[in-house]
Amino acid sequence: MYAFEFEKPTTIADAVKALGREDAQALGGGQTLIPSLKQRLAAPSVLVSLSGIKEMQGVCTGDDGSLCIGGATTHATVAKEAAAKYPALAALAGGIGDPAVRNKGTIGGSLANNDPSACYPAAVLASGATIVTNARKIAADDFFEGLFATALEPGEIITEVRFPVPEKANYQKFDQPASRFALTGVFVAKYAGGARVAVTGASEEGVFRWSEAEAALSGNFSADAVKGLSLSADGMIGDLHGTPAYRAHLAKVLTTRAVAAS
Amino acid sequence: MTKVTMTVNGKAVSGEVEGRTLLSSFLREGLGLTGTHVGCDTSQCGACVVHVDGKAVKSCTMFAADASGSAVRTIEGMANADGSLGTIQQAFQDHHGLQCGFCTPGMVMSAAALLAENPKPSEADVRHYLEGNICRCTGYHNIVKAVLAASGQDVSKIAAE
Repeated sequence: MYAFEFEKPTTIADAVKALGREDAQALGGGQTLIPSLKQRLAAPSVLVSLSGIKEMQGVCTGDDGSLCIGGATTHATVAKEAAAKYPALAALAGGIGDPAVRNKGTIGGSLANNDPSACYPAAVLASGATIVTNARKIAADDFFEGLFATALEPGEIITEVRFPVPEKANYQKFDQPASRFALTGVFVAKYAGGARVAVTGASEEGVFRWSEAEAALSGNFSADAVKGLSLSADGMIGDLHGTPAYRAHLAKVLTTRAVAAS
Repeated sequence: MTKVTMTVNGKAVSGEVEGRTLLSSFLREGLGLTGTHVGCDTSQCGACVVHVDGKAVKSCTMFAADASGSAVRTIEGMANADGSLGTIQQAFQDHHGLQCGFCTPGMVMSAAALLAENPKPSEADVRHYLEGNICRCTGYHNIVKAVLAASGQDVSKIAAE
């Protein structure tokens, strides 16, 4: 790891200021960033920890009934505190990594990193959630911009994520047992206006919405509605754990299972 | 250099660290508490698990500066006041829950975190909770048995090859 200066502000305003310094980088729970620093894949001059900012922690209900989660809230807290209001989201958070990772890793960190196999992007995209930053609100559909890329500007901090609570939802994750990331994962959410389906771990472009499945499920929210569909293997990830065709197939199977379980 | 202060196993400590100093390095090299082991250094293996403000974390994947102001508990804080083995440690000895012993500090700390939130876990609960702790001797059966025994449950019927 290259040397850097460490800052731990206690307010969003101070964090924004610290991130204005040259080559500054925000640190969420560090469960991805610290391993990346060790491999010298990142070399910030200043690391700004967001874990001391109280106003970015915790789970609450917004005026419009949405579930609001502070950007620095850990997966363990979401697993516990979102369980009553949005059980599928809580279950997703409770299935990330392992208990020690869930005690440190945060929702904001996961979304800002946008790993193509991370779980949270699927929930955020399938829920049509809103990502609130220190500067603006970003719709989930406009947030994810491909492999490890997001709409965030340099120095912009995810302060909160707002999830409209669906009528029904479920997340099915096919674990890659060594990394505990999703080999493929599918989040299905049914709202009054229709169903949304987001797939993670499968595409080389990161999380995406499967529009054919959404159209079929919006008319008939049942596992049968998905049976005749198939997803193209073009652009899917191929590695030693699975071929593109395998991941495309998994996405369909997991969508069917998610609908049946929701 | 940054000054950090925290309590470790109930004792107030302080030290000068670099921004990049990991909590595991501060504990081992700064404080001489070498019971916390660093196995993989990539947050996969769990040998470095300690408790920070009551929560199990991988100390190789947290900066010492980020733990400043916290209460840290390590394997050295698991023994009884008279120096005898604590309940979980004793159960690991009684049930042969270790072979080479390298993963044991992390196993014990994770087990303590589990039992704090779930005092009577099932065998499946224990196996699931220890997902992030790897024993390369593969002595999992006896580790699970030890954790269940530490929770006061009858382990005579638990699988043990």
